[in-house]
Amino acid sequence: MTNNLDSMTFIEIQNLSKTFDQFLANDSISMNIKKGEIHALLGENGAGKSTLVKCLYGVVKPTAGQILINDNHVTINNPKEARSYGIGMVFQHFSLFPALTVSENILISLDEKITKKHLEDKISITAKQWGLPIEPTKKVLDLSVGEQQRVEIIRCLLQNPKLLIMDEPTSVLSPQEINQLFKVLRRLANSGCSILYISHKLNEIKQIASKVTILRSGQVISSTSTSKISTTSMAEKMIGKKVKKITKISKNSFLNSPTAISINNLNRKKLSQFGTELKKISFNVKYGEILGIAGVAGNGQVELMNALSGETLGNPDEIIFEDKKIGNTNIKFRRSLGLEFVPEERNGHATVPDINLTENTFLTFYNAYSKNNNFLDNILLSSNMSSSDSISIINDNDVRCPYSNPLADQLSGGNLQKFIVGRSLKANPKVLIISQPTWGVDIGAANEIRSKLLLLAKAGKAIILISQDLDEIYEISNKICVINNGSLSTPKITSKISATDIGILMGIN
Amino acid sequence: MENLLITILLTSIPILLAGLGELVTEKSGVLNLGVEGMMLCGAVAALGSVLIFGNPYIGILFGAVAGILISTVFSFFTITLMTNQVATGLGLTIFATALTGLIGEPFVGKTAASLPKLEIIFLSDIPYLGKILFSNDILVYFAIFLIFFIHFGFQNTKIGIIIRAVGDNHDSAHSIGYSVKLVRWISTSFGGMCAGMGGAYIPLALTPHWSEGMTAGKGWIALALVVFASWMPIRLLIGALIFGGITILQFVAQARGWDVPSQFLNMLPYLATILALALISFKLRHNNYAPACLGKHFLGNK
Repeated sequence: MTNNLDSMTFIEIQNLSKTFDQFLANDSISMNIKKGEIHALLGENGAGKSTLVKCLYGVVKPTAGQILINDNHVTINNPKEARSYGIGMVFQHFSLFPALTVSENILISLDEKITKKHLEDKISITAKQWGLPIEPTKKVLDLSVGEQQRVEIIRCLLQNPKLLIMDEPTSVLSPQEINQLFKVLRRLANSGCSILYISHKLNEIKQIASKVTILRSGQVISSTSTSKISTTSMAEKMIGKKVKKITKISKNSFLNSPTAISINNLNRKKLSQFGTELKKISFNVKYGEILGIAGVAGNGQVELMNALSGETLGNPDEIIFEDKKIGNTNIKFRRSLGLEFVPEERNGHATVPDINLTENTFLTFYNAYSKNNNFLDNILLSSNMSSSDSISIINDNDVRCPYSNPLADQLSGGNLQKFIVGRSLKANPKVLIISQPTWGVDIGAANEIRSKLLLLAKAGKAIILISQDLDEIYEISNKICVINNGSLSTPKITSKISATDIGILMGIN
Repeated sequence: MENLLITILLTSIPILLAGLGELVTEKSGVLNLGVEGMMLCGAVAALGSVLIFGNPYIGILFGAVAGILISTVFSFFTITLMTNQVATGLGLTIFATALTGLIGEPFVGKTAASLPKLEIIFLSDIPYLGKILFSNDILVYFAIFLIFFIHFGFQNTKIGIIIRAVGDNHDSAHSIGYSVKLVRWISTSFGGMCAGMGGAYIPLALTPHWSEGMTAGKGWIALALVVFASWMPIRLLIGALIFGGITILQFVAQARGWDVPSQFLNMLPYLATILALALISFKLRHNNYAPACLGKHFLGNK
């Protein structure tokens, strides 16, 4: 509010460390947040951001170090104590209860005594005040992701926070929703509330935060004003090396190539209450083309992936590959034609978590291995082949393993994803359908995966990329369409569709 | 007709009580298949204590405590040691069947005092309804009170909402600062208490003699009923009355001399259970009322 406020520190962290078993998640971190400041915390996955804020919110206890609030030493033993100091938190994977109503969700995290009826009125008033429309009697499972985030924010606002921690708040929002969120955050900061904003999106940090602290391997690498640092140098400090620029190769040369796969009027009923119905989905992908399918999570991406891969079946002519009608064929058959699929879930869907990489490779290629062999050869030889194949996948794709041939779930998200994508490339696919390839993957690995996809397209293969990450879609797609509530917009050439257009297609005013 | 309705109501009380307890347990995310075993413990404790102290109200107390104690064993294994809930629940019933057989041995052939009827002044004078609803023993009133208590509690009290929250998403409940394990211990103990009282009701009001396995599958029916009622207390009452009615049907048939094999009639309540479960699970695929964390372990953060 005033210059006087600007200079006052709300919370100061001194030499805070946290170890899990042998692993040092936070290594004597020191930082401070001023009153009314929007302070960004930047770092890759595993850099220690989440551990740090969990210490501040009392979910984990620091091993060493001190926290000072308004110059007083405090220990924060649990979230309730954190709230009593005025610390509120909006979690990345929301801490909401789907089967409960909005007001019930908020009621149980408030420490004051209040009746449900009274609270509902209070929610409506706060919602109006801050421009965050929400219906208190609705069940959370009936809300969109953006609305769910509003519930989390209102929950914090009702506690009159002095520090609001936001963990990757924009990863699930449309461009318009992000703008709305930023408006609320700025207003909140102007009223004197500090905001600790965790993100790995560099442009966003530049846009919203006044200060940024960069973490790498549990240590503070840099803490500086955002006006004094470029996004490139932020990225370099975050990953500890130069960022490779990837370049899009094709200049729409695919336009003259033949159609690889066409989807015609594909419909699927929703499988569960929480699912989405697919409505009349139609599109074509040519050889050499990357089609990006954008959209906010939960709008039918999973259902579309299942329909394309053959986990849910439909009419034969819903999916036509070259000239074959394959809408009613199973995954195995589609893969034998040269289609490959990389689903969103890495652990448990794309790989079996508790068997090793060689065995995972074996499962993928068993059919290829067992051609032209007799039964005994299949069993004896194919395991040898899978072992050499998995080694070459690991080497070709720079998959970093903690030890040789680890269990799938021993790999970090980024490395496992590199392995999965590499395995699909090994099959030499004609069409690759890939969902959220770099979700939760650090910048380095994400860049490598995207370059691989570009190379594949350059080699004349077709790629369908389903992603929530708009930057990624813009970076590598030739054409873009948007999935919204189970319907797909008409694909448009990338240069002819703006982020605003996409936001409108996502269905949010 | 009046008597028939009273009998149906009384027969449904053990299932209703045990079902209400299990409903609370399951709402917190714990699937305790040991209801039958807990009821047996309640039954034998109630019968034994009444034979010793002579007062049927003491029996209710002992039944409830026995139910809590045995459910604590279940909680310790499944919540603290994180054993498989289904296996532990089944184990609990097998264990309790044998244990109660052993404890109940000396009680065979003895008759316990029954719970007295408490007529509520004025209300019990209402024709028909008064006799059926307002001149019963204390556990009948308690069971009916419990339905509304639980219904209201889940909707309007903080503790009720917390129990539902823990069963819906235990990770979130933990991250906003609730002890998932403590909430589950309490809910499971509540379930044990209710099952114990439901079991106690059998010797205290229905058949005042001990016989091994005297709950005769009522615990299993109560379990099915919770699903049948889609975790709603008021629907549980309706379900319990239906099952009570079917159970009574066999006696009616005998009395009226219907030409149906008695074995078939004996089978009816269990058949109805299976049918109800099959129907409901078919419906459940589209309408998921079950607590999302039902049967899942909470591992917690370090």
